[in-house]
Amino acid sequence: MIFGALYFMAVFLAMGVGSFFIIKRAGLGDPLIVVNRFLIYYLLVDLYVRYMFQKMPIMNIKPLLYMPFKKRAVVKYSLGKTVLSFFNWYHAFFFVPFSIVLISQDYDPLSVLGWHLGIMALFYCNNFINIMMNNKDSIFYPMVVILALLGLMQYYGWFDITVLTAPVFNSFFNLPWTATLPILLLLGLIYASFNYFKKHMYLDGGLATKHSEAKTEDFTCLNMFGNLGTFLKNDIKLIKRNKRSKTTVILSILFLFYGFFFFTGSFEVYEGPIWKIFAGIFISGGFLFSFGQFVPSWDSSYYPLMMSQNIQYREYLTSKWYLIIIATLISTFLAAFYLYFGWDVYLAIVVGAIYNIGVNSYLVLWGGAYIKTPIDLTSNKKAFGDKQAFNVKTMILTIPKLLLPLLVYAAGHYLINPTAGYLAVALSGVIGFAFKDVVFKKIEKIYKKEKYKTLLAYKQTD
Amino acid sequence: MITVHNLTKNYGKQTVLNIENLEIPKGQSFGLVGNNGAGKTTFFSLLLDLIQPTTGKIINNEVQVDISEAWKPFTSAFIDETFLIGYLTPEEYFYFIGELRGQNKADVDALISTFENFFHGEILGQKKYLRDLSKGNQKKVGIVASFIGSPEVIILDEPFANLDPTTQIRLKEIIRDLAQNREVTVLVSSHDLIHVTEVCERIVVLNKGDIVKDIQTSTQTLKELETFFGG
Repeated sequence: MIFGALYFMAVFLAMGVGSFFIIKRAGLGDPLIVVNRFLIYYLLVDLYVRYMFQKMPIMNIKPLLYMPFKKRAVVKYSLGKTVLSFFNWYHAFFFVPFSIVLISQDYDPLSVLGWHLGIMALFYCNNFINIMMNNKDSIFYPMVVILALLGLMQYYGWFDITVLTAPVFNSFFNLPWTATLPILLLLGLIYASFNYFKKHMYLDGGLATKHSEAKTEDFTCLNMFGNLGTFLKNDIKLIKRNKRSKTTVILSILFLFYGFFFFTGSFEVYEGPIWKIFAGIFISGGFLFSFGQFVPSWDSSYYPLMMSQNIQYREYLTSKWYLIIIATLISTFLAAFYLYFGWDVYLAIVVGAIYNIGVNSYLVLWGGAYIKTPIDLTSNKKAFGDKQAFNVKTMILTIPKLLLPLLVYAAGHYLINPTAGYLAVALSGVIGFAFKDVVFKKIEKIYKKEKYKTLLAYKQTD
Repeated sequence: MITVHNLTKNYGKQTVLNIENLEIPKGQSFGLVGNNGAGKTTFFSLLLDLIQPTTGKIINNEVQVDISEAWKPFTSAFIDETFLIGYLTPEEYFYFIGELRGQNKADVDALISTFENFFHGEILGQKKYLRDLSKGNQKKVGIVASFIGSPEVIILDEPFANLDPTTQIRLKEIIRDLAQNREVTVLVSSHDLIHVTEVCERIVVLNKGDIVKDIQTSTQTLKELETFFGG
């Protein structure tokens, strides 16, 4: 998480300083107005991110309950702790430098201050809204849908929510006293969540862990795969029923849109022809990378069972492999909207998919044997990787995953022609596919060799 | 059925298990007792090839467990909650284990229907995932799952802990029946001396990794064990 945090801090800092001038130079108008216009989306996305990743304060309350503290103190302590959360202060990395730039560009300091405080108060409001929503899916998913609809409607120019919201944010600047309104709202929310928590501080009340109603599912259609079907069924349940794996699926959907950076021509650095292959591999391989690299860690919480049951490594790995292949095919199919940018672009994605299926699918399974990070399926902690995920062996394995196809394409492209480049990459995928049995034997051996170390590593839960 | 030769397990300089020789014949109900750190779970983990022995070997029905995996089809175990899959319902878990052990749904249904009074109406059809069950109920699921597919060796680590009285009594009947009538070798560890003496034909006491007693259970056994641990 530390890597992710530093990365975001750096990006936000750069944006905070630079965005004023970028917006100005791009001729989009007054940078403050532009920022205010999109602020509503920023706030909603912030809420979404918090919902997914911010830890709830109730987690660590239980041991405090019977200690000699007043209940008020416990509530104050746990709510107070959320105020210090990274999810509150990282916005400052954008808004502080941005506000300083505004003042240095002769915006009225008092107005800037009012605007700044108003916006910051809204982020803290998000903090408390998130606490009160406390993982209530019934509120959350409709919100995502509404957000998506608003975005689409704005894109097509049917309805623009920013017309309604931008004036609110503008008023914080134009009439600095209005900034007290979000601050009052914040105070109200603090008061409300304080009372809410105090009232629900019982093990069977607000502190009860949420139990979703379980339904026994059969997936009988998968029985035709025999033993393989047994594992596939289990893997589908694994993905469906756990928070962490659901996040992975969402991530791999986001990967689908990664190509916009390349094919819309908005980034000059990505103009070179070989970047098309790079994009193709990521677009079709989102699931492959985000799920595949953590095989077998997905099964870490019951790895001793898997290792002592009547299971052949071969079948276990094959099931994961099929899952990755199926997801890659689905991604490739969904990516058909890139046809809008031309046949050439979609061809790059299909070629990338062939390489993913033929080569990368093995490589992630191979690399997974070395990533011995236990996964807590029920939380999103460390969803963006942690230090153990970056070791030398996995780094070396990224070379054939990402660089090799680029080199193969470049060789074909520059020595003969672009078509030859595509053919070369696709061909290496097909060759890899042909060697499936040999490669699987090798991976099986590595998994066996690493078995005891893996079992030991999974025991260490923190 | 199970033979142990010169088995040791060291962590650094510390020896946590040291068994020179141990024979467990087929169909024996074998009890392992000892204080915390005596090496009970270490021994079971070695039997299941979850850790590697420092020296020596375990042979389970002519299969050396750290070399071949051929012991897996006839051996089953429930050690702790890492043998449960939290996001499955009990039914799904039973079917999953059943499929791994070559049992179809009807076989599994037939087996678990004989455990209805063991489950006490708290396991089947509860619309709960295993992770949401209480510790005792999780244990019931794990124990019953280890009976699926008629294994010849069953290893249960502390099966009586966390169980309610009714289930403890029922479990004792089940274990006795398995060993006597079905020729199943059952290995049980426990901190409860009364339970093991009631259930096991033979009791081995481990102390800091060494076998200090190997007793064929008789009416004096409980007294003997109590003196050993009390004194």
